[in-house]
Formats: sequence, structure tokens, C-alpha cells
Amino acid sequence: MADCVVSVAEFRAGNFRRVSFEVASEARKVADALNVPLYGIAVGAGVGDKAKELGWYGVDKVFVADDPALEHYVPELYVPVIASIIERWNPAAVLLPASVDGKDLSARLAARLQTGLAQDCIQVVCDGGAVKAKRPIFAGKCLAWCEWAQGALPMISCRPNVMDCKDADATRQADVEKVAVDLPEARSKVLGVELDTTGKVELTEAEIIVSGGRGMKAAENFVILEQLAKELGAAVGASRAAVDAGWRPHSDQVGQTGKVVNPNLYIAVGISGAIQHLAGMGSSKYIVAVNKDPEAPIFTKADYGIVEDLFKFIPAFTEEVRKLKSTC
Amino acid sequence: MNIVVLLKQTPDTESVIRIAPDGQSIVTQDLKWIINPYDEFAVEAALRLKEKHGGTVTIVSWGPQRVVESIRTALAMGADKGVLLDDDTLDGGDSLGVARALAAVVQALQPDIVLCGSRAVDYDLAQRGPMVAELLGWPHLGLAVSLDSDGSSVTIERPIEGGKVTMHASLPALVTMGGSHAVWNPRYASLPGIMKAKKKPLEMKKLGDYGLSAEECGAPAAKIRMVSLEMPPERKPGRIIDDGLDTEGKAAALVKALHEEAKVI
Repeated sequence: MADCVVSVAEFRAGNFRRVSFEVASEARKVADALNVPLYGIAVGAGVGDKAKELGWYGVDKVFVADDPALEHYVPELYVPVIASIIERWNPAAVLLPASVDGKDLSARLAARLQTGLAQDCIQVVCDGGAVKAKRPIFAGKCLAWCEWAQGALPMISCRPNVMDCKDADATRQADVEKVAVDLPEARSKVLGVELDTTGKVELTEAEIIVSGGRGMKAAENFVILEQLAKELGAAVGASRAAVDAGWRPHSDQVGQTGKVVNPNLYIAVGISGAIQHLAGMGSSKYIVAVNKDPEAPIFTKADYGIVEDLFKFIPAFTEEVRKLKSTC
Repeated sequence: MNIVVLLKQTPDTESVIRIAPDGQSIVTQDLKWIINPYDEFAVEAALRLKEKHGGTVTIVSWGPQRVVESIRTALAMGADKGVLLDDDTLDGGDSLGVARALAAVVQALQPDIVLCGSRAVDYDLAQRGPMVAELLGWPHLGLAVSLDSDGSSVTIERPIEGGKVTMHASLPALVTMGGSHAVWNPRYASLPGIMKAKKKPLEMKKLGDYGLSAEECGAPAAKIRMVSLEMPPERKPGRIIDDGLDTEGKAAALVKALHEEAKVI
């Protein structure tokens, strides 16, 4: 019989990443449905007292693997450490973050545990004791429900920004157990980490995205989108056309060969709306399209459309946003 | 340097996806098939390694005979030979089953380095590379946007949320490719390349050639399966903000709509 549900957290640079709390909140629901405790796993360097924060989001007991060698994600080290903790139990399901590192970790861990992984899930349900998960395929052009074979451990990585996150309840206490870390010999290592300190918002985690396409005409014109993004606290994205033209870095690319994003608000500026781009942003809660071509396919997906010259409209819109923010 | 690329054939990213009558699969009729773009980046990275260190590039793929065209395309780009695992018993397999089969092919080829896409643009499983590396007991470096090797080790850069990590591994190792067309700029096959590709060796293999069967790689081994597909919810029709307003008027109307109706700003 299953004796727990497991949620794996992501610890970086002294803090849990928010997706860890989303995963814990979702795993709590699964644990409640199955009437088993929720165990958390936290791996990193200097986790210490922070481990208790997972309890605020529903974890009953946290297992901490804390070692300076685990400061950065190295698959060869993280996978055996996490597997050895999971193997103490007979979990009904293991939930993990589908972050950049989380997806990579989940895949290798599934091979280690010889089980099936549903990657980047947007919904998890318990159906008569069986766990099912829904995930986008073809970059969201279609959705697939996944089930596990009898006796197989369901592993589920959860897309950031999608699952409901509980409100933190700081009165909720979790037991914390420090696990003795037995690190294997590794042939791989991290040589360096450069973190962006400009406060740039990450696309996959952004609440609002302002994205520019071919209609931006030149790299320097993106400054008007950056000004708008600054007013809105938004991230700046780009279509493949803008990235291929060299106007924006590849890390800004939204679409089927790029990032799949799901913000509350996506503002597409000078983007015609190729099917690959629509796949990457179609699950945004609200979509605004600004394009001077009224026939652009992007308007079929937009909640609000503006048929205007973007170079006139965006500065005017930015000014209106500024006015709104100054009165709030 | 002995280099292997694990290559998957996928529907073109321009494809419209429709659910088949069984409700569990997609309609494949009329689809145009391409090399998974991230695997195409792997072919490009492999050819650059070969240009620097010499050696051979072997393309390893799986699937029906239509996959031959994609392997020939990679050979026309400059790869040396191909292996196609064309075995129906793989059809019901999950990611781990396919990874077991690919790991066995890799083991037989004894490469110094294996490259493959970080994900394929069809089912977005993002599992193949890390699983194969785990089964081989090799290190893997994920989501490379740059790749450099001195012949005995490999160094990559990988983007993470809000930053960039540089990683290093001694060979043999597996690297999964991230980035975009703009990062890797995969070469086109030249006409002489296409002519030469027709004569390059391409082996057809079955699971049995590697001592494997459906029990390890096919439907009986599958731990997870897709039981039903559905289309994403249709977006409700939106509206064009016009009302004969000038630019400033439209800007004000949009801010009002986003603030008061949608409540997102």
C-alpha cells in the first residue's frame, strides 16, 4: 500500500523557488484525496531553517539533503540523492517542478526509478485512488491525459505558474529530517553560474508579457516595448522572426521552438500570429494584439485587438498605463 | 571523435493537429515530417565537432520507413552513417522503453559523445537524453546553447531561469540541445551532399539485434500511457477596440478594459 505522496522542491541561491510551493500545494491535494501524509524533499546547499517553509504549503515532513557539493543542480549527484530518499517509501505519486532543472532532473530520476514520467503537467486528479495527469502536447495544440500501469509509480512534473498555490500558513509546522548525504563519484560539474541581477522577469514565470515580432522592424525599436514592460512589471518576449533577425536573444523566443508561456496577460506587438507562435502563447489568460494589418491571424486569438501603427500606439498606451499606475 | 546523434522525426511545426477517431492518437495522414528541430541542432553541433576533431557522425533513429528521409537529410548535411531501429514492437513503448532501445544502440556504437534534442516538438516529453544517459551510467549536460570539446571533455552553457550555467563533463557524455535556430543556425544540405548521402551506409535494425524485445521496450514494459486526447478550450471571440477613437483614445480604452474588465493590470 502506498504510504505517502512526495513533493520535490527546488532550492537555489538560498531560497526555494516559488514553483516548489505550487508543487507542494498540488501534492497536498493528492495526499488528502488518498489519505496519506505528504513528504517533501529539499536538496541544496544551506537549506537549513528554510526547510520549514515547505510545511507552510502542506508538507508534513521534509527530508533535507544539505551539502556544499549540492549548491548547483548536477544530474549525476541530484538523481541518486533524491532516489535514495524516495526509495525509503512506497509513494502513491512523486510531484516535481517542471522548471528548467526540474524537467531535466525528473527525466533522469524516472529512468533511475524505472517508472513513467508525465512531464510539464497542468492538471492532476485522483480518480478512484488512481492518479491521472493532463499535459499539453505539440506545444499546447492538443492536450493528453496520462495514466500509469498497475504498480508503476506516477511521476508528475508540474508546469510553473499553473497549479494553484496555497496561501502560506506560517503556523503549520513540518518535521524536518536531515538526511546523511552519500555522494557518488561524478564526472560532471558546474564551472560557473551567472545570475541576471537586472531584475529581469523570467518569461515562463511572468504574470504579464509584452512580445514583439517582425513588425518591430529593428533591434533598437524594442526599447518602446521595454519601457511599456517596465511600467507593467512585465517580461519582454519575441517571435521567432524577431529572434532569427538577431533583434532579440534566443532566450526571449516564444513558440513551439522556444518557450511556452502562460501569463495572465500577453501583449503581442507587431506579431502576425504564425501557428507555431500561437501554440506557445495560446493558453495566456488574456491576449492583446497590436497590429496594423486587420487580417493578421493573431486577432483570432486576441481578447482585445488594436489595429494601429505600433510605433504610434505603444508610446500612447505606455503613457496611459503610467497614468493608471500613478492613481492606484 | 566518434559522435552519435539521436534523431527523432516529428510533424512539421506548421502542422495543424487533429485527434484521431480512437481519441488516443493524432491524425498522421497528410502530415509533413521533418527532423525534430532540436535534433537538427544536434546534427549541426555534431558536424562542428567532427570538423574540429575528425571522426564520424552516426545518426541513430527509430520509427517506420518514412524516417529514412530524415536520416538521409542528416547524411546530406554531412553525417557519415545511419542506423534506423524500425521495429513495430516499439510502438506501444513509453519514453523509458525507447530509451532502453536507444541506449543499447549507443552501447554497440561505443561513441565518445552522444547529442540529442532537449525535447521533441511533437509530444514535448523531454526525457530521451537524460534517460539514455542514466541507463548508460554516463553524465549528461542538458539544454546546451553552446558546446565546446577538447577531445576528452565537453563544456556547455545552459540557460536557467534568470541566468546561465556553465557545465563540464569528461567523455563519454551525453549532451541535450537547447537554444533556437538563431543559436545553432543548422546548415542546409548542399546538392553534392544530397548526391553523396544516397550512397552513405544506413542500417536497418530490429530490437532483437540488440538482445531486446517488447518485454523491455514495447507495450508490455510501458509504465505510462496516453489514454485520451482533447483539444484545448476554444478562446471566446474578442473585440477590436475602435469606436472611431484616435490613437490616444484607443490607448485609454484598452487600459480601461484591462484594468476594469479583465482586471489584469
